[in-house]
Amino acid sequence: MAESRHLGDIILKIDHISLSFGGIKALVDISFQVRRGEFLAIIGPNGAGKSSMLNVINGVYHPQTGTVTYKGETRHHMPPHRAAELGIGRTFQNIALFKGMTVLDNIKTGRSLKIKPNFLMNAIWFGPARREELEHRRKVEEIIDFLRLEDIRRTPVGMLPYGLQKRVELGRALAAEPDLLLLDEPMAGMNIEEKQAMCRFALDVNDEFGTTVVLIEHDMGVVMDISDRVVVLDYGRKIADGTPDEVRQNPEVIKAYLGVGH
Amino acid sequence: MIYRETGQYKSNYGADEQIFPIRQDRIGVMIILALAYLVVPFIGNDYWFSAILIPFLVLSLAAIGLNLLTGYAGQLSLGSAGFMAVGAFAAYNFMLRIEGMPFLLGFILAGLSAAAVGIVFGLPSLRVKGFYLAAATLASQFFIEWVLTKFPWFTNYSASGVITAQKMVLFGYAFDTPVSRYVLTLVIVTLLALVAKNLVRTRTGRDWMAIRDMDVAAEVIGIPMLKTKLLAFAISSFYLGVAGALWAYCYLGTVEPQAFELTRSFQLLFIIIIGGMGTIVGAFFGAAFIVFFPIFLNLFTSTVFAGQLDPGMLSHLEQFVFGSLIIFFLIVEPLGLARLWQLGKQKLRLWPFPH
Ligand SMILES: Nc1ncnc2c1ncn2[C@@H]1O[C@H](COP(=O)(O)OP(=O)(O)OP(=O)(O)O)[C@@H](O)[C@H]1O
Ligand SMILES: [Mg+2]
Repeated sequence: MAESRHLGDIILKIDHISLSFGGIKALVDISFQVRRGEFLAIIGPNGAGKSSMLNVINGVYHPQTGTVTYKGETRHHMPPHRAAELGIGRTFQNIALFKGMTVLDNIKTGRSLKIKPNFLMNAIWFGPARREELEHRRKVEEIIDFLRLEDIRRTPVGMLPYGLQKRVELGRALAAEPDLLLLDEPMAGMNIEEKQAMCRFALDVNDEFGTTVVLIEHDMGVVMDISDRVVVLDYGRKIADGTPDEVRQNPEVIKAYLGVGH
Repeated sequence: MIYRETGQYKSNYGADEQIFPIRQDRIGVMIILALAYLVVPFIGNDYWFSAILIPFLVLSLAAIGLNLLTGYAGQLSLGSAGFMAVGAFAAYNFMLRIEGMPFLLGFILAGLSAAAVGIVFGLPSLRVKGFYLAAATLASQFFIEWVLTKFPWFTNYSASGVITAQKMVLFGYAFDTPVSRYVLTLVIVTLLALVAKNLVRTRTGRDWMAIRDMDVAAEVIGIPMLKTKLLAFAISSFYLGVAGALWAYCYLGTVEPQAFELTRSFQLLFIIIIGGMGTIVGAFFGAAFIVFFPIFLNLFTSTVFAGQLDPGMLSHLEQFVFGSLIIFFLIVEPLGLARLWQLGKQKLRLWPFPH
């Protein structure tokens, strides 16, 4: 799969990242790279440090050592909103939607960065305020169509079933038209149909929009089918990095991860 | 039948992004505005204007202000009355000290002064939330009260601390009758309510709700925390400041710190709890309830118990019912009367079919 796809230059480079919380070493000297347009999976057992890795990439956690290079710029401390401005989108392992808002408003909010008029114009619904709200509404509706959320756009997200909430969260991340999309276990807790649909959406985003995707997933089967490359973490260390076939045959992976009944 | 969206197909997003997208809502608002502007001024009497309608409108405005901060942006505040006091005293001092200052400009400056103070007292919100923020805003309430009573400059060295509000004159017309003050208040409240409605349906309001519902996710999306929270404090305080000035100039006719004590802050909080957190219309429902309920209760008990109830008992009863209602709304319907209204409309939309 990897060979047949056109991959661009390196969009994200992780160098010797180490992160600990008190005595707990969440990440130990992690390095890897992601190319533009790539679909990368991060796998590993519970507590391996997968979510922490994403949090380092978009600035929620600050590693003690190491650097993150994104689009050629190396940063030590990048606040999350800066990461968003630079085109890094993200979903969370535990759904982090805006519960009191409708599907439509959640996805619109994902686009906040792109909506320029200030509050004074908004206050009087003047020129650019109205124009941009309508323009962005159009874009948001495209995402709603893409994710098949048409029927529930006016529903407060708190009232939706779990699987749909995850989908709305993807929509919210897509609304910002990210270059790099970080998905933290988007299929966890879903039934088989929901998983397949979510896989399809993630792949389509990667294919159609050319968005680089970094996805965390527990389910080995799913990962092997959809990703170009797999990074395996275990106890905060990287133990493998390669194509799904290479990783599948890696003895350390079999021992550390596949061996324990996953 | 009556309240239906059916048949109102929208062919463009402009129609769907109107301030009131459902036609019946638009008509309803029009009818209420027509009544308020074209009928009430001619049929109301002075008692109604001065004792009921003006305080109702001003409390609604103040509650909108608090609701922007607490209901929309999720920042609990117990300092609302303090910001109203800033507005009232700012209006007084600007008009007193600047020769020929038009009172409307004075009201705008009142709002801006309150906004500035609001930003300063909003700073703790960047570090603390919920209960601790409530405590910090409580401190601001006491601090403002203290400053206004401690430094006689603010009250222009009046012996009692109670000062008569200046006359409001616009192009030679003096707003000195209850009906004129009612119309003035109505115009200001209508405009600011529409502005609030616009704010909450655009990016400004969505960003507020985002930090209210999930601040980490909001930050990851790129919503600047500092700017968004302080903007909420500023705009909320602007509303409270203007409301404070109206309270002093259109309702009391005097400017005095006692009008803006902590109980007023709580009253506003009750209004938005009863009316509905995070809705603009809820501020009106809540204020109407707070203003009209005692009148109804009074009427009710005086007809039913005809003089058997002494006034002390009555005021206890009033507080008891208020307390119970607040507990009821907090537990059963945190979205308040506005939500019940919404549900009622939905039922009507489906009527006569239950599902
Ligand atoms: N904010 C935090 N404070 C303290 N410890 C943390 C924090 N975040 C993560 N950890 C610890 O770091 C380690 C890695 O956690 P992380 O959430 O990254 O694992 P994970 O691979 O995503 O696991 P899972 O599959 O359960 O989601 C764990 O031991 C966790 O307890
Ligand atoms: Mg995780």
